Amino acid sequence: MTHHAPASVTKVRKALSVSPLKTSAPLGAAMAFMGVEGSMPLFHGSQGCTAFALVMLVRHFREAIPLQTTAMSEVSTILGGMENVEQALVNVVKRAQPKLIGLASTGLTETRGEDMIGDLKLIRARNRELDDVVVVPVRTPDFSGGLEMGWGKAVKAIIETLVPEEKAPSSQNRVNVLAGSHMTPGDIDELRDIIACFGLEATILPDLSGSLDGHVPDTWIPTTLGGTTLDEIRAMGWAKATIAIGEHMRLSGETLETRTGVPTTQLDRLTGLEAVDRLMTVLSQVSGRPVPTRLRRQRNQLVDALMDSHFAFGGARIAIAGEPDMVWAYATLVSGMGAQLQAVVVPTEAPFLSALDTAEVVVGDLEDLADRAEGCDLMIANANGRLPAHRAGVPHFRAGFPIVDRVGSNHRVTIGYRGTRDLSFTLANALMDVHEAHGTHGQDEQGGYGHTPITLNTEQEG
Amino acid sequence: MISDRIASVFNEPDCDKNRAKSDVDRKKGCATKGLTPGAAAGGCAFDGAKIALQPVTDVVHLVHGPIACEGNSWDTRNVGTKGPMIYRWGFTTDLSELDVIGGGEKKLYRAIKDAISKYDPPAVFVYQTCVPALIGDDIDTVCRVATERLGKPVIPVNAPGFVGSKNLGNKLGAQALLDHVVGTLEPDDVGSTDINIIGEYDVAGEFAAVEPLLERLGIRIRACITGRSRYVDIAAAHTAQVNMMVCSQAMINLGRGMREKYGIPYFEGSFYGIGDTSLSLRTIAKMLVERGADADLIDRTEALIAEEEAKAWAAMAEYKPRLEGKKVLLYTGGVKSWSVVHALQEMGMEVIGTSVRKSTEDDKGKAKRALQQNTTGKMGELFGSIPNGEMYRMFKDGEADIMLSGGRSQFVALKARTAWMDINQERHAGFEGYAGMIEMVRQMDIEINNPVWEQVRLPAPWDEVPVALTPVHTASAATPLAGAAE
Repeated sequence: MTHHAPASVTKVRKALSVSPLKTSAPLGAAMAFMGVEGSMPLFHGSQGCTAFALVMLVRHFREAIPLQTTAMSEVSTILGGMENVEQALVNVVKRAQPKLIGLASTGLTETRGEDMIGDLKLIRARNRELDDVVVVPVRTPDFSGGLEMGWGKAVKAIIETLVPEEKAPSSQNRVNVLAGSHMTPGDIDELRDIIACFGLEATILPDLSGSLDGHVPDTWIPTTLGGTTLDEIRAMGWAKATIAIGEHMRLSGETLETRTGVPTTQLDRLTGLEAVDRLMTVLSQVSGRPVPTRLRRQRNQLVDALMDSHFAFGGARIAIAGEPDMVWAYATLVSGMGAQLQAVVVPTEAPFLSALDTAEVVVGDLEDLADRAEGCDLMIANANGRLPAHRAGVPHFRAGFPIVDRVGSNHRVTIGYRGTRDLSFTLANALMDVHEAHGTHGQDEQGGYGHTPITLNTEQEG
Repeated sequence: MISDRIASVFNEPDCDKNRAKSDVDRKKGCATKGLTPGAAAGGCAFDGAKIALQPVTDVVHLVHGPIACEGNSWDTRNVGTKGPMIYRWGFTTDLSELDVIGGGEKKLYRAIKDAISKYDPPAVFVYQTCVPALIGDDIDTVCRVATERLGKPVIPVNAPGFVGSKNLGNKLGAQALLDHVVGTLEPDDVGSTDINIIGEYDVAGEFAAVEPLLERLGIRIRACITGRSRYVDIAAAHTAQVNMMVCSQAMINLGRGMREKYGIPYFEGSFYGIGDTSLSLRTIAKMLVERGADADLIDRTEALIAEEEAKAWAAMAEYKPRLEGKKVLLYTGGVKSWSVVHALQEMGMEVIGTSVRKSTEDDKGKAKRALQQNTTGKMGELFGSIPNGEMYRMFKDGEADIMLSGGRSQFVALKARTAWMDINQERHAGFEGYAGMIEMVRQMDIEINNPVWEQVRLPAPWDEVPVALTPVHTASAATPLAGAAE
């Protein structure tokens, strides 16, 4: 990587957030619980907290989403919500028979200062019908952090609830993967295949590829359709190694290592040549096998793809917004092929992004992105970027969460040599459409740089 | 006080459901049912207030709360209105932990100020949510002070999520319009044929199929509340002659309030379905004439209805051969579903049932009578809410060929490899008026007869009964050759 001065990571100080980039921490926690088999997330809050998250998840994944609520009212909020938690747990067990309930608090119940975890002990003691269900409580006030934080907290809570605190004898061919929220179901499938190439078996937590990959089951299942099984999670202490992917998985990786002694390798991303090389090194070491021919061939294809694509990226100006680890993966990929990061916006604090090759990383919203995106060749942002992109007159490439107006985004593969290759091509093609529409690269025939809003053939203005 | 406001909404004298209740039940309110922890579905009061008012396209809708309330939901409800886009931008105070500790009122004031200086809207609507309500942020006072100091109307919408259901929120939103907006502007062009349409959200721009009909009759829409309206339209809505209440469940308090405060009579009608559209036009004409409009309006209306109905039925008849005999499950909130039922039956479709979850007793009666009209002779059922598992079974067992519902139950149909069409507020096609019914039938034809359904129901080769390989069938399949050997 090229060396440059660290970017400043600064929070925009303003009272009014316009076109929010941030989604809530409970939503992130719900998404993580979706990656566990037979699970049902449950928000301890007003029913609207659940309804909004539910609709957003349904629209993004295009799947039925199990998600329940303790349906707090004004009165129960003032008197305390323990009864609502109790009733909700009993009802969910009766109606859906989940194996795991992910109980996430919200801004409403955290403002009142509920002792949800203490209450849970009492509730379990007096309701024997809850004996067979694992309940994972996680504190996710809406006013603290966003999607990544909620996801990370939920994964950590799952580990603390299910993985025994003991050093177990390690199995020769098992590895744990702690997957970040920026990984699509397609990414998870790809990673499992890569790991299998080394003769290893992976326990991936959370595993959205089993639950939200859009398969058509033979019967109706009221909980998640698939995902990491509880037995797999309980056995994570038997693995030979753990790989944590993304900065927001660091804490979960450390927690798992502390509990079990299984060594964790922290990988910042799995997108980009160097990043995938590091994954290969780890897997080769853990398995004791050389990198298989098939993957070596893929690496070679990626090298070629980077060269073919870089012409489109060189000098191109990119505006990008999203959750920090998604931004890190995309931004390093495009700046690694010579693009300039003109505007980088994330919803929550992320000091590690100071390593990006740009002057400033803004902690803000999509208004901040639009304000800084003028003259850019491409805006990379979630579906909500459509209006800001239009305002800034910049073509919009959809990435991140949510993507509600495109199909197939859950199968987009962005990791590994093959995924990086395809993502480079897709982004380069988007840029080539832009260059085509603008005339020559940089300046057009008329000598101007036409920033009228244009429509990419794949990314239509909504 | 919010509790007084809620009590007054619960007391709604014009609500059919409410009238049927005992005094004790009425005090309990309409929001308590359905909120079972662990078995609840649907939005909160804030959600209801927001969606009722969001279609006012030129104001800033500012949500005072932590990120979940706006960050998880913004820009999900678009109206078809051309013009200002400010309503789609998503504004929130995004309260942080520090705000929760220190109070959010100052931040809210600064946010209002920023919104006005940056976007210059005619007004700002401020939505209260649970967390600031709990810490005691007084949005009514902040809005009053902001209105005085900043010189623009700043309207408090006091419907934090935990006070109740989405439906209650609709009414609280309507109440905010009645209390703070309607009657604040005197227009200089008041006419004898001005009407308001209340509870019309202009989903997918569908009101465009209705407005020209009214225009042809010389009827002017003063305010369409809230789809297609600008702030000033609603501010001047008190000058209309007649109010039409499209969705009485949502905003009845606004209609009644305007009748009491400004003497504007209202009626309940619908633009979904051929018969209902005609009836609504007829009623508007009759009421306008009663209020002093020229009497020939009635004849002109009848002429228009005759012409449009004939055109619509003729256009729809083309689709009949492709829809005849197909079975439909109509799964909506159930409000006014009978008008759609009638159109489907005219196409020779069998409506196997319709849900009446949110309907009044009167509505249920009408829906029941409508279901008796199935041309197949088989009467459809009235459903409450159908559990997902049961609904899935119905499709798997072939009890319906298509479901018309909202997006939430979409995947129950799709997972059962059954056709589905959106008739909820997120849809992209307009179904109102005569043209809308034709469009609905056209869309159903496209969906139900899409060749994809045959494809996706094909068994995988490995799931097929291996006909050719079993000994018995091998013999029969090979008969010609075997015959030669015999």
